[in-house]
Amino acid sequence: MLFFRKIEKFLRRQGTPMVNFTFKVGELFVFIAQSIYNCFTPPFYGRNLWRQVMDMGFYSLPVVGLTTIFAGMVIALQSYSGFATVGAESMVASVVLISVTRELAPVLSALMVAGRIGAAMAAEIGTMRVTEQIDALTTLSTNPFKYLVAPRMWAGLIVMPILVLIGDVIGIFGGYVVGVYKLGFNASNYINATLNDLEALDITTGVVKAAVFGFIISLMGCYNGYKSKGGAQGVGTATTNAVVSSSILILIFNYIVTELFFSR
Amino acid sequence: MAETKIKLTNVYKSFGKKTVLRGVNLDIKKGESLVVIGGSGTGKSVLIKCIQGLLTPEEGSILVDDQEVVGIEENDKERLHSKMGMLFQGGALFDSLSVWENVAFDLLENKGYNKKNAKSEAIRVLRSVGLDPEVADLSPAELSGGMQKRVGLARAIISKPEVIFFDEPTTGLDPIMADVINDLIVESVKGLGATALTITHDMASARKIADKVAMLYKGEIIWQGTVKEMDETENPYVVQFINGKSQGPIKTGV
Repeated sequence: MLFFRKIEKFLRRQGTPMVNFTFKVGELFVFIAQSIYNCFTPPFYGRNLWRQVMDMGFYSLPVVGLTTIFAGMVIALQSYSGFATVGAESMVASVVLISVTRELAPVLSALMVAGRIGAAMAAEIGTMRVTEQIDALTTLSTNPFKYLVAPRMWAGLIVMPILVLIGDVIGIFGGYVVGVYKLGFNASNYINATLNDLEALDITTGVVKAAVFGFIISLMGCYNGYKSKGGAQGVGTATTNAVVSSSILILIFNYIVTELFFSR
Repeated sequence: MAETKIKLTNVYKSFGKKTVLRGVNLDIKKGESLVVIGGSGTGKSVLIKCIQGLLTPEEGSILVDDQEVVGIEENDKERLHSKMGMLFQGGALFDSLSVWENVAFDLLENKGYNKKNAKSEAIRVLRSVGLDPEVADLSPAELSGGMQKRVGLARAIISKPEVIFFDEPTTGLDPIMADVINDLIVESVKGLGATALTITHDMASARKIADKVAMLYKGEIIWQGTVKEMDETENPYVVQFINGKSQGPIKTGV
């Protein structure tokens, strides 16, 4: 009897968290549906979109550039030390190319942008929520989803692939610098090896991943900001949640997209 | 007899287990200025948000110009808001925009004004609330509390709304600035011939702005009347509230 009581007590205790979890998941899916609907229905706020593109794209270039160049350099060093033991040093250019375009540029760029922009989105929208600016938008006959969320979603989808393409070039250049100036590869041989191994699929994978990651960063930034409650503490929590949830989702979807492209 | 502009019938609103509005009934005539008084946490802000469609009541009906607000469609809500203006307690000015862009927001985004015309109209309205044109290009963060309230008022009236809501318009202001804001509210409302709903616990403000006063207590309208009737009433709740006495039927947790 006591045993069943304990089981009953345990199950009862799981009830509230389960209800809260289900509510949160439902709320997120409703938010996603509203965001997508409002991305495709007028009015469109071009000035807001331009501001987001500049913030997310142009001003993130130094961060993405630094991240990918050092990632490319490290991969060149690491792969050389590994391949040298089996006499396959010539594979370094190919490994740098594949690692950077398929994985490092999209994932590292996305994680950096999530920290820089996802947090800023959540903080800005969260502050607007707690200071009643979102209510003010509504009373001024302006749909907050169209004015705040849709431009950020579009910016994420447009900007991340461009950032990753730039990151690809910089990352490969990083590998080239280490390969040629430190490891002593012939410059034209290195470039030829890179170009010969370059496949459309490498670039496509990275670009598709970048678009997915851009969507995730904007979605988590907007969602956490929009639903923030309380004062400064609520905004702080929203900002942390935006970065943590988008980082985890980026890694999960990195696997899912890779699986879609490369599973046989 | 003036026609009814806003009508609330048996409105209930809860947050979780806490019921904030318990069957509110209210009638606001066209061109009338109604002030809802009541202590903190009695549901005044929730009442305004329900009328604007920002919150949805569980029960009851809210009619604005005979149009039902409860369960209103998004497009209809935008049309409804186009005839409303709102002065928020904290101003709720957009940080990312300059003062004139805040004031002219509705003109720029919804009324198709170009920047030049919108700015000159914003400066005209800023002047009417006692602000110099030099303020127009500043950011809201550079303004004092009183100036932010004036900018908020300018934003609320620029589109000549039929209904204006004032949420604690004098909170956080010194008595002189509060009186200036009260005068501006009266001027703006009478000048536009608008219907006004103000929520406040500042009795000086209520006396100056109100044609009619209603008292909200524990989510219910417990008394309504003119300012003169308010001063003469023997309703113990109203008497305690307007005289600011700690002794009486209204109990506050300390």
